[in-house]
Amino acid sequence: MLKDEDRIFKNLYNDLGWDIESAIKRGDWEQTKNFISKGKDWIIKEIKDSELRGRGGAGFPTGLKLSFAPKNVGSRPHYLVINADESEPGTCKDRDILRFEPQKLIEGCLVSSYAISAHTCYIYIRGEYIREGQQLQKAINQAYEKNFLGKNACGSGWDLDIYIHYGAGAYICGEETALLESLEGKKGLPRLKPPFPALVGLYGCPTIVNNVETIAVIPSILKRGAKWFSSLGKPKNTGTKIFCISGNVNNPCNVEEEMGIPLKDLIEKHAGGVIGGWNNLQAVIPGGSSMPLLPKNICETITMDFDSLIKVKSGLGTAGIVVINNDQDIIKCMARIAKFYQHESCGQCTPCREGTGWMRRMLDRMVNGEATYKEVDLLHDVTKQIEGHTICAFGEGSAWPVQGLLRHFKKEIIKRCHEEPLIKKKSNIPYLIDQHLLEKDSA
Amino acid sequence: MIKKISKFQPESFEFSEANLLEAKNEMKKYPKDKKGSAVIALLYLVQKQNENWIPLPAVKYVAKLLNLPYIQVYEVATFYSMFNLSPVGKYFVQVCTTTPCMIRGSQKIKNLCRQHISKNQNELSENKLCSWMEVECLGACVNAPVMQVNEDYYEDLNENETEKIIQSLLNDKLPSPGSVKNRKNTSPENGKTTLLEVKNA
Repeated sequence: MLKDEDRIFKNLYNDLGWDIESAIKRGDWEQTKNFISKGKDWIIKEIKDSELRGRGGAGFPTGLKLSFAPKNVGSRPHYLVINADESEPGTCKDRDILRFEPQKLIEGCLVSSYAISAHTCYIYIRGEYIREGQQLQKAINQAYEKNFLGKNACGSGWDLDIYIHYGAGAYICGEETALLESLEGKKGLPRLKPPFPALVGLYGCPTIVNNVETIAVIPSILKRGAKWFSSLGKPKNTGTKIFCISGNVNNPCNVEEEMGIPLKDLIEKHAGGVIGGWNNLQAVIPGGSSMPLLPKNICETITMDFDSLIKVKSGLGTAGIVVINNDQDIIKCMARIAKFYQHESCGQCTPCREGTGWMRRMLDRMVNGEATYKEVDLLHDVTKQIEGHTICAFGEGSAWPVQGLLRHFKKEIIKRCHEEPLIKKKSNIPYLIDQHLLEKDSA
Repeated sequence: MIKKISKFQPESFEFSEANLLEAKNEMKKYPKDKKGSAVIALLYLVQKQNENWIPLPAVKYVAKLLNLPYIQVYEVATFYSMFNLSPVGKYFVQVCTTTPCMIRGSQKIKNLCRQHISKNQNELSENKLCSWMEVECLGACVNAPVMQVNEDYYEDLNENETEKIIQSLLNDKLPSPGSVKNRKNTSPENGKTTLLEVKNA
């Protein structure tokens, strides 16, 4: 288990106070001026050496991402945008950083903005986090009062302004280009890539978009050194991570742990175990709703890091762990996730707009035992038609959890299916693809 | 989901002086020729001023203020789920029912809303003070089940406490937000397992 001194977010539960005075006592803003005086290349190299990977879900190497910003500022200004649109079901880590460790985020913003030559930073917070946003604004104001932000921020010679921008309840705005569209005052529709935001982003200017947790750990990496950070966790999966353990556990909680910790340890040691005991475990969603679920036998041994989870055809994602025990109907749980994706699809690409609803209707029928055997394969086919055929990764995000269900719980589904479609018995089921059969009968 | 736009619209809409000032402050956050970025912030201000919903004249007003086409503001108002285009209660209850909340019993919370506030979502309660709706993930999953009333989160809900909260809302009183179990934020309920001896240095 990780030692307390190696934990980055010491005020995760707000036992020590979130205000700037308490944060300074915990060591925030201690060496900021010093970091900046060492130069952009040093900061980016240090982050690269730490092997920090983005904490927002995709796990892209952060140092590499920061280095994509053009070296020299041309006619267009550079921007840093912080993605605090945390909406992935199962995930609630950024909320605690925004509420209780805002200075870590603000300090990270200053250092990273300097590294990519940005004078303006926008923090895009989901609209529901009104209180969290208000608290963050207070923290930003406190930082301005101490001259840690604004002109010559923290005595570094670099100017930086940070603004909060609220979203308004659209999951898709967590996708970086949709987020930029939303920030420009439009609907959150993802953009085609390339060009990538690092060259053409906000207002057509070079923009780096990063998750809250990623930016908030950067000051600690610089302070304690890349070696310290990369000594934690596993090779290529270094450092610490906030895990959110929710669902059927005795003590759901957020906890910061080393990357590569066994899933079983997280559940048993920190979350008080599965309700009804470990043997009552049915499945675990390891990384927020868009990552395929894992059945119990994999959960016994799996470790929580990017590469191990990819090996079992899932992913670490945002590390939002949802534990589902045997008291739950697993198909119903996934049908609800399918409903979530149907609700949140932006409607720009046809496979996703139509496919998410299609998957949801089929899963609903499977929950109620109205589906036929044929539909099980059809459902898999639909997920394959969505995956890889959309502008953004939402398509994969909606298809993967259903594929996971089919991969591990096909038997459960088949148990409930029938040979004959109920539709032939003139049961009035609103179901898109068999609609023509109904019409023939009535003709 | 297609949004219901109210049949009853006021003749006109204008910001109050204080809100106009705040709107101008919001616009200052963005570059001079990119004031359109403030559209979401301004629509929130409209909602705040107009009892939690946005009438169409306000959409026109915001478009004029930001020098945007009417249709762009209309698009934004209809795209984002947090904008209400028809009246909601003074206390607007949003119950999260996505999987992490569902498996912790959000169905019961929903039933209580049905029982005490209104039979269907998006309808006003008898005394016109409350309305409720089902929403997607609120992002407080380790405190499931959760619901949001206006700006505040109510966490770790159970049937008893939820009923008390709803009754209090129906009596025009906003109860104190947070966990109903008096649990400290997102720490484990039966005592912390980490950060046991940390102090501010």
